[in-house]
Amino acid sequence: MKQIIALRINGAVCEDAVSDSLLLIDYLREVRHLTGAKMGCDGGECGACTVLVDGHPRPACITLAASCNGREIETIEGQVSNGRLSALQRAFHENLGTQCGYCTPGMIMAAEGLLRRSPTPSDREIRTALGGNLCRCTGYVKIIKSIRAAAGAQL
Amino acid sequence: MTEALPEFTLDRPETIDQAVTAMAKRPSSRFLAGGTDLIVNMRRGLVDTDCLIDLTGISELQQLSDGKSGLTIGAGVTLREICEHRDIRRSYGAIGEACDAIAGPGHRSVATVGGNLCLDTRCMYYNQSHWWRKANDFCLKYKGDTCHVAPTGKRCRAAFSGDLAPALMVHGAEVEIAGPDGRRRMPLADLYHEDGANHLGLKSGEFIVAVHVPPGDTQRMVRSAYAKVRIRGAIDFPLAGVAVACTRLASGEVRITSALTGTNSRPFLIEGFDPIGLDQDPDAAFTNLAKLVQKQVSPQRTSTIGSHYRRLAVSALTQRLAKRLTLELE
Repeated sequence: MKQIIALRINGAVCEDAVSDSLLLIDYLREVRHLTGAKMGCDGGECGACTVLVDGHPRPACITLAASCNGREIETIEGQVSNGRLSALQRAFHENLGTQCGYCTPGMIMAAEGLLRRSPTPSDREIRTALGGNLCRCTGYVKIIKSIRAAAGAQL
Repeated sequence: MTEALPEFTLDRPETIDQAVTAMAKRPSSRFLAGGTDLIVNMRRGLVDTDCLIDLTGISELQQLSDGKSGLTIGAGVTLREICEHRDIRRSYGAIGEACDAIAGPGHRSVATVGGNLCLDTRCMYYNQSHWWRKANDFCLKYKGDTCHVAPTGKRCRAAFSGDLAPALMVHGAEVEIAGPDGRRRMPLADLYHEDGANHLGLKSGEFIVAVHVPPGDTQRMVRSAYAKVRIRGAIDFPLAGVAVACTRLASGEVRITSALTGTNSRPFLIEGFDPIGLDQDPDAAFTNLAKLVQKQVSPQRTSTIGSHYRRLAVSALTQRLAKRLTLELE
């Protein structure tokens, strides 16, 4: 069965008819063509699909699109503003927080959720916030350094 | 590889009565809350249903109050809300710590109290893709006739893996349940059975509405905590988990209540541990508690980590928490 959902994605109001069983990750990638959020483990374990729903990080691969009706969704595509990278994007770039890049959109969205709640997080807070995000390249050291740098840049 | 999500209808009732009626109309439906367990299991082909009844739009399930009569947590309250609730953390330490230890931050934003209490049991022969399970001739819990953990046994040994249940149990929580026969309340500990294929004592069409916890003591007469062992520092379900509450009684004795998860098909309270008297050696009492845990717990080979290790780990964790909390009571 299909239903009409109306939600805000990266600030823009979107209305679509979606199947009840459509996942948010498939809606974003296949319907809205926002391919930044990645399908990784496909079971809510790796965090590559992390997006913000009403400001809180959430794995889009285990979230139903229909359950997001009326909500505010933010993806990595919405982080750029007027052609400028966000503080986190810039910090990941400058501190080599990205290698293959597959986990990066999820990492940045998880970190974005953290910095909104806690603008100057401790290393422990950063590690906790990234607990649901796996990276197989960096060893996490430079990711944490990037988030620390972004937090400093926002002061 | 995970299978695609099967087609289903999503029903979104706005009241408890509507949800009960929706289930009565289509008994093959399943109740959906945060979906962090159910959706994953559906994608693995472990759930047969063509209709989900989404409970997240029911305002009564979102209630959260902490007053003189105790703590009431609606089943739809998210784990993140509990993690961030200062009063709960102060008076019911184990409940806050258990919520901290569940999955990752993204899951806690959406996973609910009721969902964690009704978590499906887990086993390395069950939480696999359809292809994997078919190649292994399925198992007793779903579509098969043999338990691969205990092939000569007659019941499923899958382990209950919710972190929150033991934490609520040591605080004497009760669950309020709604269903076709109206509302009822029961001790949380009585909700569970030692059967991995049928571990929940909910009747057909019933779901949890709220959890009621007796008043917490703010005068440092009760201290509680939760600890678990797992492979990965986040996300993972417990290989073994324990909640402990220590209470200073009027007589001066210390009562220790502990409940376990991740080891059996149900979370359960450790029985038979007498309060520690004023003239008793506390260290000897903690050693006895550890032995009691080893005797009552029965981890099976439901994960890749051996059952003997899990037995020893949960016993050591219980002893460690009991010791720490007793000191905090002084």
